[in-house]
Amino acid sequence: MIKIMLFAGIAEKLKQQQIVVDQQDITIHELRLWLTQQYPVIAGDVERAMIAVNEEFADDQTVLKTDDEIAIIPPVSGG
Amino acid sequence: MTDKRFVITDQPISIEGVVAEVVDPNAGAINTFIGTVRELTKGKKTLYLEYSAYASMAEKKLVQIGEEITQKWPDAITAITHRTGRLGISDVAVVIAVSTPHRADSYAASRYAIERIKEIVPIWKKENWEDGESWIGHHKETTAYPTGKPEGLKHD
Repeated sequence: MIKIMLFAGIAEKLKQQQIVVDQQDITIHELRLWLTQQYPVIAGDVERAMIAVNEEFADDQTVLKTDDEIAIIPPVSGG
Repeated sequence: MTDKRFVITDQPISIEGVVAEVVDPNAGAINTFIGTVRELTKGKKTLYLEYSAYASMAEKKLVQIGEEITQKWPDAITAITHRTGRLGISDVAVVIAVSTPHRADSYAASRYAIERIKEIVPIWKKENWEDGESWIGHHKETTAYPTGKPEGLKHD
């Protein structure tokens, strides 16, 4: 089981700040596919977003572990 | 490196407090950048903004920007505070202070810091206009990462 933190427009669309995925040892690429299937409303957002693992941007080959802190990072707009 | 130099806060920012973090006997210049909330964007009138952040990662990324600046300008000292929550017109959203021995570097490093904030720091702005609302997100006007990670977008 892995927990995914949500922010900004994605959190607002799903009306929740966290998603629990009943899988582990999947890659970020596989997570993207899973999210797109489970939540079609955010498919475009997921495609544009970065995934952070333990507060660092991670690439699609990264394997996600149960204790990882995982977050979907939509395009940033600070400043 | 102290915690106070790279901060995400939901409180109003003390500009002098950020500047004080970079005061140094070796400095001949302190450059301060103050980012404020603009009322009109391409003719659309903003009523207020809401900033949200992944605060713990955002502070780490601000620290990283400080480290990048030190690599480029070894004598520079940087402090950055970014505010979150609801901000009205002319409210201060971000303050960057950079001290360096000579003024040219302080300008360059300050500019570098704000551009990097707009690339790699997980903070999001929601515009609340007269006629609607929208989360803004362009990663510096791009819609995807051509190299997979925003770190790949460094520019000199």
